[in-house]
Amino acid sequence: MAEAKRPILVLAGAESGNLRALEDYRKAGGYASLEKARAMGPGAALEELKKASLRGRGGAGFPMGQKASFMPSPEQAHDPIYLVVNADESEPGAFKDREIIDRVPHRLIEGIQITALVIHADRCFVYIRGEYLREYEIFMAALVEAEGADLVSVPIVVHRGAGAYICGEETALLESLEGKRGQPRSKPPYPAHVGLYDSPTLINNVETIATVPKVIELGGEAYAKIGVKDSTGTRLFSLSGDVLRGGNYELPQGTSFRELIYDCGGGIAGGRKLKAIIPGGSSSPVLPADQVDLSMDFDSVQKAGSFLGSASVIVIDERACMVQLALRIGQFYMNESCGKCTPCREGTRWIEMILRKIEQGRASMAELDLLSDVCDRVLGKCLCALGDSDAMAIASYVKHFRAEFEAHIEQGGCPYGDTSSLAGVRSPVDEIYRGRIGQEAAL
Amino acid sequence: MSELFTEIQAVARLYPEPKSAVLPALRLAQERYGHLPPEALREVASALGTTPAYCRGIASFYDMFHLAPVGEHMIDVCTNASCALVGAALVLEAFERELGIRAGETTPDGRITLRSAECLGGCGSGTVVSIDERYRQPVKPEDVPAIVEELRRG
Repeated sequence: MAEAKRPILVLAGAESGNLRALEDYRKAGGYASLEKARAMGPGAALEELKKASLRGRGGAGFPMGQKASFMPSPEQAHDPIYLVVNADESEPGAFKDREIIDRVPHRLIEGIQITALVIHADRCFVYIRGEYLREYEIFMAALVEAEGADLVSVPIVVHRGAGAYICGEETALLESLEGKRGQPRSKPPYPAHVGLYDSPTLINNVETIATVPKVIELGGEAYAKIGVKDSTGTRLFSLSGDVLRGGNYELPQGTSFRELIYDCGGGIAGGRKLKAIIPGGSSSPVLPADQVDLSMDFDSVQKAGSFLGSASVIVIDERACMVQLALRIGQFYMNESCGKCTPCREGTRWIEMILRKIEQGRASMAELDLLSDVCDRVLGKCLCALGDSDAMAIASYVKHFRAEFEAHIEQGGCPYGDTSSLAGVRSPVDEIYRGRIGQEAAL
Repeated sequence: MSELFTEIQAVARLYPEPKSAVLPALRLAQERYGHLPPEALREVASALGTTPAYCRGIASFYDMFHLAPVGEHMIDVCTNASCALVGAALVLEAFERELGIRAGETTPDGRITLRSAECLGGCGSGTVVSIDERYRQPVKPEDVPAIVEELRRG
């Protein structure tokens, strides 16, 4: 795709730098959409979001306008109305929200103020990942500047997380924001009715909210012409793994994996062969290399048996042992399971344990079947998507690369030996097994 | 009333319910004490009108809180998928070699703690290493001796 034709929306004006300073953001047309939305009024602004078919960028892909329309009107609501921005980016492979905060923090603030107007919010909360200290500081500096210029009419409270993947799940995030352990709630009721402090709450991802000013600027219909049907607009694709130029690339939805990996990312070093693609962060089932021409949009990736999720594309070249990769992913879900519901708490541990045995060449063929069986017993039986993610991801590695699992069992070890790019792969789970740092007293 | 107590109460006023401030409060306490000993948990609890046991239950859930002493410096090396593919294991091993400890341990002089971390959100240029909550990326095994030297001096 020609560089010049590519529409840049979320990062507009920051193509070769950042718009952290209010003055710079204003020069790039910043906060004009907020004025426009105020003039239009909440109802008309909501219509534009619906016409845009803007789907949530956090992973689930739920239409944002529809979610906002579930919110009660101020007359119906007996409690305050809250807007919560999910900036707890922690999906392995995802680093787009970090870049948005880093480069266009005011676009996020503007999106928050427009969305708050649309849903008649009384207060907004930004739940930012605890590890993102630098981004927290950048966002706070922008917020102070915006407040000083009277651009923030609905107050924004910035809340830092403290290191827990599960807090990216929207109800776990609400629990954490209320000062509790970040454990998901059972749904229904949905946050639109019973959310933060039991009040009506709209929760959206950073990228979704940062897209809102452009939707208002262009108009919903014009926005919906970018991208493809049911996956409109652009997304920041986070590209990582075995690729020459990793990074975030803002591209229209419907761009192919090949364009992202080879045109944007420069392909794989040493001309090595592509082996597999993780399309939407570690939670999404892996796709074999023959899917490289697939369109990156919600429906196409789903038809291919996976999810576009957070659009975090991890490239895997021919050197990787897929059993080791599956093990590392299984270790992540075991480590991050919150422990609230049994299928996930126990299932993620069983999955890790069996994968570890297979990787070490200590497993029998029956245990490979047991692995699939455990995945089946976790899938669809958990309180939130964490257990499902583990079960679906791991099952996909077995499905597409079964021969590698069988080779480990038959040969009593990794057929790649030391040549695998993942040989000696490490995980915090190793530390848990040994007694965890800083938590010994708690165990 | 201690300074910490006053700081926590100021943070709590940002929220509709004071208990929401438990994470920022624990962070403030940890900055003061280096980790979260029982007296820190008692102070947080009294400032927020909750119990030390409740605060301990929260602290034990989140990776960034430490109930036992840790080093003055904290090195977190991402070993998740994207970084693992580009050699995170070798980076972690280089730190272990240079520090003479294994991941999950603190140097005997109490200066440096090394951990293997889950995805830190910098996958586009791995390996990502967070040192005292500041990211460095990409870190290669050959960068490690200079980083360790810098921390030992600092």
